[in-house]
Amino acid sequence: MEALIQTFFNPQIIAASWPIVLAGLRNTVLLSLLVVPLGLLGGLILALLASVKNPAVRWPLMAWVDFFRAFPPLVLLILLFAGLPFAGLELGGFVCVAIAFFLNTGAYYGEILRAGIDSVPVGQVEAARSTGLSRLQAMAYVVLPQAVRNVLPDLLSNTLEVVKLTALGSVVAVPELLYQARQAQSITYNPTPIVVAAIIYFLMLWPVVRLLSRLENRALAAR
Amino acid sequence: MLRYLPDILSGVVVTIELALLIVVTGIAAGLALALLRSLGVRPLNWLIIFVVDLFRSLPPLVIIVLIYFGLPSVELSPSGFVSTWLSLAFVLMAFSEEIFWAGITSVARGQWEAARSTGLSFGQTLVSVVLPQAFRLAIPPLTNRTISITKGTALGTVVAVTEILGQASSAMSNSYNPSPLMMGAAAYLVLFFPVVVAARWVEARFAWKR
Amino acid sequence: MPLIVDARGLHKYFGALHVLKGIDLGVAERELVFVIGPSGSGKSTLLRCLNRLEEPSAGSVVVDGIDMLDPRTDINHARQRIGMVFQSFNLYPHMTALGNVTLALRKVAGRSRAEAEALGHAALTRVGLGDRAGHTPGQLSGGQQQRVAIARSIALEPRVMLFDEPTSALDPELVGSVLEVMRSLRESGMTMIVVSHEMGFARNAADRIVFMDEGAIVEQGPPAVIFESPSHERTRTFIGQIQRH
Repeated sequence: MEALIQTFFNPQIIAASWPIVLAGLRNTVLLSLLVVPLGLLGGLILALLASVKNPAVRWPLMAWVDFFRAFPPLVLLILLFAGLPFAGLELGGFVCVAIAFFLNTGAYYGEILRAGIDSVPVGQVEAARSTGLSRLQAMAYVVLPQAVRNVLPDLLSNTLEVVKLTALGSVVAVPELLYQARQAQSITYNPTPIVVAAIIYFLMLWPVVRLLSRLENRALAAR
Repeated sequence: MLRYLPDILSGVVVTIELALLIVVTGIAAGLALALLRSLGVRPLNWLIIFVVDLFRSLPPLVIIVLIYFGLPSVELSPSGFVSTWLSLAFVLMAFSEEIFWAGITSVARGQWEAARSTGLSFGQTLVSVVLPQAFRLAIPPLTNRTISITKGTALGTVVAVTEILGQASSAMSNSYNPSPLMMGAAAYLVLFFPVVVAARWVEARFAWKR
Repeated sequence: MPLIVDARGLHKYFGALHVLKGIDLGVAERELVFVIGPSGSGKSTLLRCLNRLEEPSAGSVVVDGIDMLDPRTDINHARQRIGMVFQSFNLYPHMTALGNVTLALRKVAGRSRAEAEALGHAALTRVGLGDRAGHTPGQLSGGQQQRVAIARSIALEPRVMLFDEPTSALDPELVGSVLEVMRSLRESGMTMIVVSHEMGFARNAADRIVFMDEGAIVEQGPPAVIFESPSHERTRTFIGQIQRH
C-alpha cells in the first residue's frame, strides 16, 4: 500500500511538479475556451447551410461533414503539423490544433444543430413567415432557440468531447495539461504527475458528465 | 509512393485488429454492465455509475498514457497495443452502458407489466420483450459513438503501436517525404468513410421508431 | 366595392398532383367568406397561396393592391397585411403570450419594445386574454392558445385574415371561445376568409359560402342558398353528408 502511494501518489513529486501541472491546466482551459466557440460557429454555419434545399449545396455539405467525422482528429492534426511544412507552411502546434478542431468538431456540432433545426415543427416557420418575419429572422428568433433547447444534451455531450480532445495537443507539444504531466513524469521518472493530471481531468469534467446524465434521464422520462 | 504501401497496409491490419477488439469487448462489457444495472441492486449501481462516469470524464489519451507509463511501476508492462485496446474498450464500455441503459429504460413500463402479468419471469421478459426493443433504440447512438471511439486507434501512435498513423509517421521521418502520411490519411478514409456513410443509413432506417 | 383579395386562375401542382385547377376568388372589404368542401379539395392550399406560403404554379394573387407573386415585392412587408391563423396554433413555445404577439411588431414593423408591448396587450385584451400576457403556451388551454394566435395576427392590423381550420384541433367545449372572438372580429369590420367545418358559424356569420371539390370552386353564394337550395349535385351531396351530424 505504502509502495503504491509512493509510486502513484508521491507527495513530494506532487509538490514539485505542481506548478508545471497547473500551467498545463491553465492552457487546457484557455484552449477549450477557444475551440468550443470556434467549433460551435463552424457547426452553426454548416447547419444553416444544410437548411438550404438546393441539392447542389446539400450533397457537398454532407460529404464534407462525413469526411470530417470519418477522419480521426489526431491524423488531421499530424497532417497539418507534420505534413504542411512540406508544402512550405509551418504553423505552430497551437494553430494546427485550432484548425483541426474547427474542422472536426465543427462537423459534429453541425450534425447536432442540423438535427435540432429539423426537430422544430415546420408550422413554427410558417407562423413566423406569415407574420412577415424574414427567413433569417424566423431562424434567429423562432427556430434556433427551440432547436438548441431540443438538442442541449447532445451539444453538452459534444462539448465534453471537445474538452477531452484538447489532450491531443500534447502530441504536437502544445503545453496543455497532459503534455505538462508527461514532461513532469519524464523528469521525475514517476507516474504520479500523470495520475494527478487524470484526477484533475476527472474533477473538472465529472460535474458535466453528471449534469449530462441527469439531462438525458429527464429527456427520457419526458417521452 | 508505392514502396510505402506494404508498411501502410500492415498498419491497416493492426488498425482493423485493434478496432474490432475494442468494439467487441467494449460493447459486450457495456451491455453486461447495463444488464447488471437492471437488477436494481443499489450499491452495485453506484459502483457501475462511478466507473461509467470515470471513463466518460477522462480523455482516452490520458488513460492510454496512464496504463502504458504508469503500470510498469507496479511490475506490469502492457504493450502499446494492449494499452490502447484497454483504454478505448473501457471508454466504449462506459458510453455503451449509458446508451443501453437509456434504451432499456425507454421501453415503456407497460411492456414490463404486460409481460410479467402473462407469467413471464424477469429474465424472460428482459430477453424476449425488453431487450429487442431496447436494441432498436440503442443502435443509432451506439453506431455513432462506436465510430468516434474507434477512430481513437490513431492514438496508439503515441505509445508506439504500429497502426496506420504510426507506420506513416515513421516512414515519413525516415524518408523526409510527406507521401506516407498522405497514404495513411487515405487509408483512414478508405476504412472509415464507408462506415460513417453506412451509419447514416442505419440511423435513417431506425429513425422511424422515435 | 374594391376587392381586398383578388386571385385569378390559380393553379397548383404538387408533383403530378393537380391540387388547384384554375381558381378565381375575389373577396371584398368586410366580407366573411367561408370555404367548405371535402378533405383533399384544395381549400387549405388555396388559403396558403394567398399569402404565398405555397407558391402557385400559375395564376395571380393581388392582396390589398400588392402583387403577391411579383419577385420584386417585399413579401415580408406584404405578409403583415395578411393575418393567418393555423389549425395547430403554431405558437412559439419558448416565449410568453405577449412575446408571441410582439415579436413581429418589433422585428418587422420596427416598433419599440414599449410600443409593441402596449399594442400586444391591447390585442390580447381584445381576445379576452389580457390577464394571461405572461403565460407561456404550455400554460394555456387549446382555446386560449388559438386566441393568442389570433391576437398575434391582429396586432399587426392586417387588412384580411385567413383562418385555416381554426377550431379543428380543439376539444368541443373550447371551440365556442374561439368562434366568439371570430364573431367579434367580423363585427369590427375585418375581412375574413375561413376554411372550416363549423357549419353553424357559417350559417350565421358568413356573407358568402364557397364550395370546393377536387381543386375547383363548384358553387358559391349566400348561406341561405348554398345550405337550403344548392344548384349542383355535388354541393347537395356534401351538404347532405355534413347535415347528418
